[in-house]
Amino acid sequence: MAKHHIAAVVNGDPVEFLCEPGDTLLDVLRDALGLTGTKEGCSTGDCGACSVTVDGRLVCACLMLGVEAAGTSIGTIEGMANGEELHPLQRKFLEHAALQCGICTPGFLVAAKSLLERSPDPTETEVRYWLAGNLCRCTGYDKIVRAVLDAAAEMRGA
Amino acid sequence: MQEKVKDAPSSQFKWVGTRAVRPDGVDKVTGRARFGADLAMPGQLVGKVLRSPHPHARIRAIDVSAAANLPGVKAVVTRDDFKDQPSEFIPAGEMMINYRDVVRNVMAREKALYEGHPIAAVAATSTSIAKQALKLIKVDYEVLPHVIDVVDAMQPGAPLLHEDMITAGVEPAPKTPSNVAKRVEFGHGDVAAGFAQAEIIVERAFTTKPVHQGYIEPHACVASVSEDGQADVWVTTQGHWIVRAHCARLLGWDVGKVRVTAAEIGGGFGGKTVVYLEPLALALSKKARRPVKMVMTREEVFRASGPTSGAHVHVKIGARKDGRIVAGEAELKYQAGAFAGSPVQPGAMCAFAPYDLENVKVVGYDVVTNRPKVAAYRAPGGPISEFAVESVIDEIARKLGMDPIALRLKNAAKQGTRAAYGPKFGPIGFVETLEAAKAHAHWRTPLQKNQGRGVASGFWFNIGGETSVSLQLNEDGTLSLTAGTPDIGGLRASLCMMAAEELGVDLDRIRVQIGDTGQLGYNFLTGGSRATFSSGMATVEAAREVIKEACKRAAKLWELPEDAVEYMSGGVRPAGANAGKHAPMTLSDIAGIAGKTGGPIAGYARINAHGAAPSFATHIADVEIDPETGKATVVRYTAIQDAGRAIHPSYVEGQYQGGVAQGIGWALNEEYIYGPDGRLQNPGFLDYRVPVASDLPMIDTVIVEVPNPRHPYGVRGVGETPIVPPMAAIANALADATGVRFTDLPMSPPKVLAALDEARAAGTAKM
Repeated sequence: MAKHHIAAVVNGDPVEFLCEPGDTLLDVLRDALGLTGTKEGCSTGDCGACSVTVDGRLVCACLMLGVEAAGTSIGTIEGMANGEELHPLQRKFLEHAALQCGICTPGFLVAAKSLLERSPDPTETEVRYWLAGNLCRCTGYDKIVRAVLDAAAEMRGA
Repeated sequence: MQEKVKDAPSSQFKWVGTRAVRPDGVDKVTGRARFGADLAMPGQLVGKVLRSPHPHARIRAIDVSAAANLPGVKAVVTRDDFKDQPSEFIPAGEMMINYRDVVRNVMAREKALYEGHPIAAVAATSTSIAKQALKLIKVDYEVLPHVIDVVDAMQPGAPLLHEDMITAGVEPAPKTPSNVAKRVEFGHGDVAAGFAQAEIIVERAFTTKPVHQGYIEPHACVASVSEDGQADVWVTTQGHWIVRAHCARLLGWDVGKVRVTAAEIGGGFGGKTVVYLEPLALALSKKARRPVKMVMTREEVFRASGPTSGAHVHVKIGARKDGRIVAGEAELKYQAGAFAGSPVQPGAMCAFAPYDLENVKVVGYDVVTNRPKVAAYRAPGGPISEFAVESVIDEIARKLGMDPIALRLKNAAKQGTRAAYGPKFGPIGFVETLEAAKAHAHWRTPLQKNQGRGVASGFWFNIGGETSVSLQLNEDGTLSLTAGTPDIGGLRASLCMMAAEELGVDLDRIRVQIGDTGQLGYNFLTGGSRATFSSGMATVEAAREVIKEACKRAAKLWELPEDAVEYMSGGVRPAGANAGKHAPMTLSDIAGIAGKTGGPIAGYARINAHGAAPSFATHIADVEIDPETGKATVVRYTAIQDAGRAIHPSYVEGQYQGGVAQGIGWALNEEYIYGPDGRLQNPGFLDYRVPVASDLPMIDTVIVEVPNPRHPYGVRGVGETPIVPPMAAIANALADATGVRFTDLPMSPPKVLAALDEARAAGTAKM
């Protein structure tokens, strides 16, 4: 099967890759680009472990084809920290022990960052509904929701 | 809520009881941590499995020739590539395994016994070629009648899964085969005499559905076998020594030839204590002479990896009017899936474990059905039987007009109580959890309209077992700690904290890793809530060995007897009559003279950790019911549990909260749904709906600490008990709100609505 040559931007860096027409963006990120921080939990858009942003919009990378990424700007967990400085969400997840096994954590962080960009002062209910597309089987979400609310407060300077 | 727990519950400690940031944390929030599917080996192939579309079929022939000849296909394996194994039961964690069955579960032999049962596996240069190859494999099936339900499977004339299955535990042994693998019985006293004294008897039948562990990370591994037979496996597992043992056994290789490395694990809950892909990947790699990577799809995880049993449970409890229980009896029928080995035995042992009963009897049946073989799931067996018992106890309390906590206190097991399953309890904290529940603000807060409140308790044994840990003192005084129990939820943090506490050094002086099977002696798996208990005990022993050696080295340098040197606050100094003779030395100083005084310093603990102690819990649930749809929503929840001692309170709370969330899913949503064709209809997270963030409230926790005297820091193990009480707590809350006793899980909206409508028609509904 002929492969397509695609150019895009990932975490601010220009990238080029070859992909089969049926490869998902998730396949491309993990296999072609070696960005394995984005996880595959279901491949049907039900678990959110592969949450990334495409031109600022939160999407499940398993529901988008690699060829559709041409010309877009993609954000993954690997681009979340600013050099040595963790994003406040990353720091708050650690401080609140908002992860146990950690497989869902990249997806939650990418999704939560996307929420706070739109809604810097969310209520608990907003956080719970925004993150309803991200499954966590370990934590019961309690500490995740607290970490997101705490990070939001810190980012607002509250 | 976190603030309810004292931050340093035991102020005699510097590290234990604090909320340190976990050492593996940064890797996990930056995407750097490598899980099962994140490793790529040079030249690796893609492995895929052909699975049976039939729930029950004889396999007449398998023709792989077309697949093997497809360009890009490098190896194909079938039943012919695995030698048969003799039938013998071997303990494996909280379950028993039989290699005759394991070899048949990883690859079907005579028959396919469930939809999704592996028939063949291929390794190819790409995913698309591997999938194409699966389509070219021709399987000649003789489709057989199947049986899915446990009660149907026990009927005479039911389709037989194993024509030679004679029920064990029955005297005299039955002469004809059946689907009942085993009968178990526990108890003491005389239940008939007990019931004769009863002033109230409640008897109920319950059903529960199989539910899946639901770890977000599918099973995944990469295996590489070299030309000289040395094999490496990288795998997501709860126990890599177990993977090594199973793979070596199934492939007939020496254990020492197989090295297994545990990847970061994306959830397990018991489901990653067995092998599925690993022996196939090794067999394919050996044939192909290249590494083979295999990753299950979510659909494969649901269809072919272990859920826990669905069950029918019958419970009868008799009590006096003052609430004292005089007799308890239960009959449990647990689905094992396609092979013997449901958790009916621990289920039977747990059923009445929280209570001090004179007359108790529990009988259990392990029943095979045409479903995937069950695997351990968090307190395997306990949540099912305890759901039934805790529901009946609640009903007795309601009928007697007694506070359900008071009724439990009247019957609670204490130190010295003879458990229904045999032994006498040591110090336990069940009464303390009940007292904490009674004292909690939640218990007194008024309910709103359409809400009900339920309480339920739970028990789990906890285990110890074989454990190895090494602790090296590096040349600059830092330390390297290597443990062998995979870290699923903060273990490395807890081990570092215990080591730092022993050694009197800062936490950041210790770097901790999970070693591979070549780096340490045998380690039993992370399961049975044993990792912090057992690896913690071994870590303490290894640290004490380092301390002893540090004292020895200083003694040598100072030319003093060894017992004239003492270890304090991260260093050594002369003690007793010699105090003050030499300047104290830090651990770094000792590390610097290690070479001159006898060579490297390290502690290496190889133990069989004894003295595991049970953990009891009491939960309070508030549930709100939508009277029009029957949808039940948990609006407030409090989980109270005895941890023995919480090494890292945040991760203990996390275990409580996570267990509660899984229990809420089990209670309200989750179930395996089969069609009449014996095929699973909901093998995905859309239709097998686990709780999401918007389904749940904050989950309040209270950590009770009744230390385990057999552990250096009092640890009991906390991971499993939290999933035990939620189903009954929620059912009891529903009974409180509606006046209807729900006995059939999950309590999904259609069932609740139908029961409400019926009760409304009968005039017994409370809403």
